[in-house]
Amino acid sequence: MIEVGLTHFLIVSSALFSFGIYGIITRKNAVMVLMGIELILNAANINFVAFSRYLNLGLSGQVAALFVIILAAAEAAIALAIVLNIYKTFDHVNVDEIEKLKE
Amino acid sequence: MQEITFLQLSITVLFLPLLSFLIVILYGKKFPKLYLLETGSIILGFALSVLLMIFKISQQLNNTLSFNMTWIDFGNVPMLGHLKIELGIMLDNVTVLMLFVVYLISMLVHIFSLEYMRGDRLYNRYFAYLGLFTFSMLGIVLTDNLLMMYIFWELVGLSSYLLIGFWYEKKSASDAGKKAFIVNRVGDIGFFLGILIIFSAYNTFSFAKVFEQIGMGVLPFDSGAWLTAAGILIFMGAVGKSAQFPLHVWLPDAMEGPTPVSALIHAATMVAAGVYLVTRVFVMLTADAMLIIAVVGAFTSFVAATIALTQNDIKKVLAYSTVSQLGYMIMSLGVGAYAFAFFHLVTHAFFKACLFLGSGSVIHAMHHEQDIRNMGGLRKKLPITYLTFLISTLAISGVPLTSGFLSKDGILAGTLAFGSLTGHWLIPAFGFIVALMTAFYMFRLVIVTFHGVPKNKEKFDHAHESPFVMVMPLVVLSALSLFIWYTPLPHAPDAGWFISDWVKTPQTVVPENLRFDFMKSSAPGEINGEVVHSASYTEALHHAHYPAMALSLIVAGLGILLAFLMYQWKKIDPDLVAGKVKPLYDFSLNKWYIDEFYDAAVIKFTLKFSGFLAWFDNTIIDGIVNVSAVITRLASKIVDLFDIYIVDGFVNFSAFISGFIGLSFRRMQTGKVQTYLVFVVFSILILLIIINPF
Amino acid sequence: MNIYDIIFYLFAAITLVSGFFVVSTKNIVHAGFYLLFTLFGVAGLYVLLGADFIAIVQLLVYVGGILILLLFGVMLTNKITSVDLRSGTSYIIPAVIGVGILWGALTAVLFKTSWRSKAPSGMDPTTSEIGRLLITDYVLVFELLGILLLVALIGAASIARRDKE
Repeated sequence: MIEVGLTHFLIVSSALFSFGIYGIITRKNAVMVLMGIELILNAANINFVAFSRYLNLGLSGQVAALFVIILAAAEAAIALAIVLNIYKTFDHVNVDEIEKLKE
Repeated sequence: MQEITFLQLSITVLFLPLLSFLIVILYGKKFPKLYLLETGSIILGFALSVLLMIFKISQQLNNTLSFNMTWIDFGNVPMLGHLKIELGIMLDNVTVLMLFVVYLISMLVHIFSLEYMRGDRLYNRYFAYLGLFTFSMLGIVLTDNLLMMYIFWELVGLSSYLLIGFWYEKKSASDAGKKAFIVNRVGDIGFFLGILIIFSAYNTFSFAKVFEQIGMGVLPFDSGAWLTAAGILIFMGAVGKSAQFPLHVWLPDAMEGPTPVSALIHAATMVAAGVYLVTRVFVMLTADAMLIIAVVGAFTSFVAATIALTQNDIKKVLAYSTVSQLGYMIMSLGVGAYAFAFFHLVTHAFFKACLFLGSGSVIHAMHHEQDIRNMGGLRKKLPITYLTFLISTLAISGVPLTSGFLSKDGILAGTLAFGSLTGHWLIPAFGFIVALMTAFYMFRLVIVTFHGVPKNKEKFDHAHESPFVMVMPLVVLSALSLFIWYTPLPHAPDAGWFISDWVKTPQTVVPENLRFDFMKSSAPGEINGEVVHSASYTEALHHAHYPAMALSLIVAGLGILLAFLMYQWKKIDPDLVAGKVKPLYDFSLNKWYIDEFYDAAVIKFTLKFSGFLAWFDNTIIDGIVNVSAVITRLASKIVDLFDIYIVDGFVNFSAFISGFIGLSFRRMQTGKVQTYLVFVVFSILILLIIINPF
Repeated sequence: MNIYDIIFYLFAAITLVSGFFVVSTKNIVHAGFYLLFTLFGVAGLYVLLGADFIAIVQLLVYVGGILILLLFGVMLTNKITSVDLRSGTSYIIPAVIGVGILWGALTAVLFKTSWRSKAPSGMDPTTSEIGRLLITDYVLVFELLGILLLVALIGAASIARRDKE
């Protein structure tokens, strides 16, 4: 086995990204969809930090990862508020049954 | 006084009645007292017209004032040149005198109507119509061109229709209104054609410009016959309005209107309009046209006088006497006695208005009894009415000291002069016979109505003299029937101011070869430059004056004597005479069967013809229409099938295609976020394959 | 095979296995707990990458904040009395195929790309350096993010507020 390097981290992050996509597509519950999104964001963060270490970028990658985490926090708060509203309106949070976008 | 002031004054005088008409007709229902405004405006207008007359005669005696403005400018029209339609006012002595007469009679009729029409349901509307009528008549008097003349001419027709048919609940009244309107239309067609000839020839409507061009020898279509035709066609309008034979039938029927209306329409205004029109176009009448006019006038006066002999309705007698006198005026114009025609128009307006209003007073007193056989002895009950009626009767009969004597005498002298110059002796013969008959039937009317013993005791007992507002106009009008207003000498009409100073016969503009021989400038005794009809004519007129006077005195005396013999002293039994000449009597009583003739010839024929047209419509036209309908339906059936199977097929097919495509794409539009994400993923994959980074 | 590699594989395994369970389990609460492990694994990977500050923030914000929030969401949007805290699934087949191909494509790109990598930098503490960057080079972004957080908090509170009838 070769020594652990940039590629290893990128493979992990791409797998995590794929799981996230899979979760978003297949889950019906809105909270589960949110979890899929968190996975994708984490995959992206791994990339940032990995590039920060293995490429000649200084600490900017880490700062970007930090910003992503903050954004994720904001996004989670807003998304949960929306989910709560959906629950109040439809009495469930199954996104596949919410077809308002069709109209 | 400035010319512009004349214009302002005449415009004011013209539009006052229209203004009050509009106000009264619009607000008459709300304010029942509005008729006072109408009457007031007429009185004001009268005062202004008197002012206008005085200024015109004192300051501009021999001038003709005219004012015009462009109404529509068409610019250059192909074939016609520069086409411009003008509006204008012309003021000459005839105009201002006519204005005065119209306003005076209109005012007196207004005052008379205040009492006569009291209590009528449409009191206000009646006065509004009178205002409209006065306005239209003033328009005719003031205009300086044929087009405006025609417009106001038709307005007079309309307002006379409204007034004659005023009591429209009565079928006879509404029928009379329609008859007046339709019969007038017949004459107006001629008038209109005449205007068209003039306009197409001279490209203007203005009297002055047309006459100027005729005077320079320009003839319509370069032919004297067309000028004659134009004159006769314009005269046709006068035949209709002035009730000349054969279109006189509307006037007696028009007596169905309120009596003051009869006085207004049939004495001074509407019927005078025809005469006025002929005086306006007098200078362009050719010899042939004048002869025809004279013959029509003479024949009309004769026919009407014979009919008037036997009528028993007080208003019918007066109506036929009006027709007869109008015939006189027309005849007078035809023979060239222009000034006397206009003179007679004025004098006749006064005494005929007086007679009509007097008959109105009688009818009022007798509670709407119009048959003179039921009257009699009214002299004692209605002394003032009787006196004024008598003066007017003397005037119309041509008894000395009255205005009628002067004007009638002048006309008769004119016809005599005409006869001596041209040899048409039949025209003066008609004139004198009519004078005889006029004296007879007018005195018959007076005697049967006012003298003798009352035939209807009950109505006689209830009769009483009319109140002041009705009597006053009678007094004024009968006073105007005396000679003193026109000339200082009771036997010489030309000694006074009216004939010799105010109204002068204009110089004809017709080319020499179209004039009567005695009017040619080469005729002996012609004095060049003198503004008279013709020197030789004046000469003949002068010679004819005393014979005519003597003759007319004799015939008038004869007629009056005959009337007294038959009706007052009963020396001759009228019924016996009537029995002796039974066919003639019936002929007269039935008005020459002219109405019956029209009924049989015109109306029946029209009905038959319209029946035929209806049949033609129903069978032939409808047949064609139906066949074409069937064909159309057949064709449309085919088109329908084509539509359904071919066109609709295409349409449905394309609809199906788009529907199909839409259906397949609709599946993608699920509204679910996740579905869209699936698409995103696959899209990325496709993108990767396309850019192929490997 | 040194100790660094072993630790990497350990954390990578924790991350991927628990990540797989997050998206494959039907029980939402279980999914939340698996997510906890995934986030923890990622934090470990950060440490291996020398990003000590990011790893700490990952633990604090993600595990301590976002995860708790998600669990709250689960609890608030499901009827507690009902036993069914399960999530339905959809598009399993197309998702498996699509995601599989996508992952294959991504790894292919990874291997094909020639990374201009350098020798890994040392494991120095990064906190002071990140702090310096935040108030110098990235100060504008930093401030904007602060405002964004504020807005998000107020907005979330406003959206989720119970309507007063």
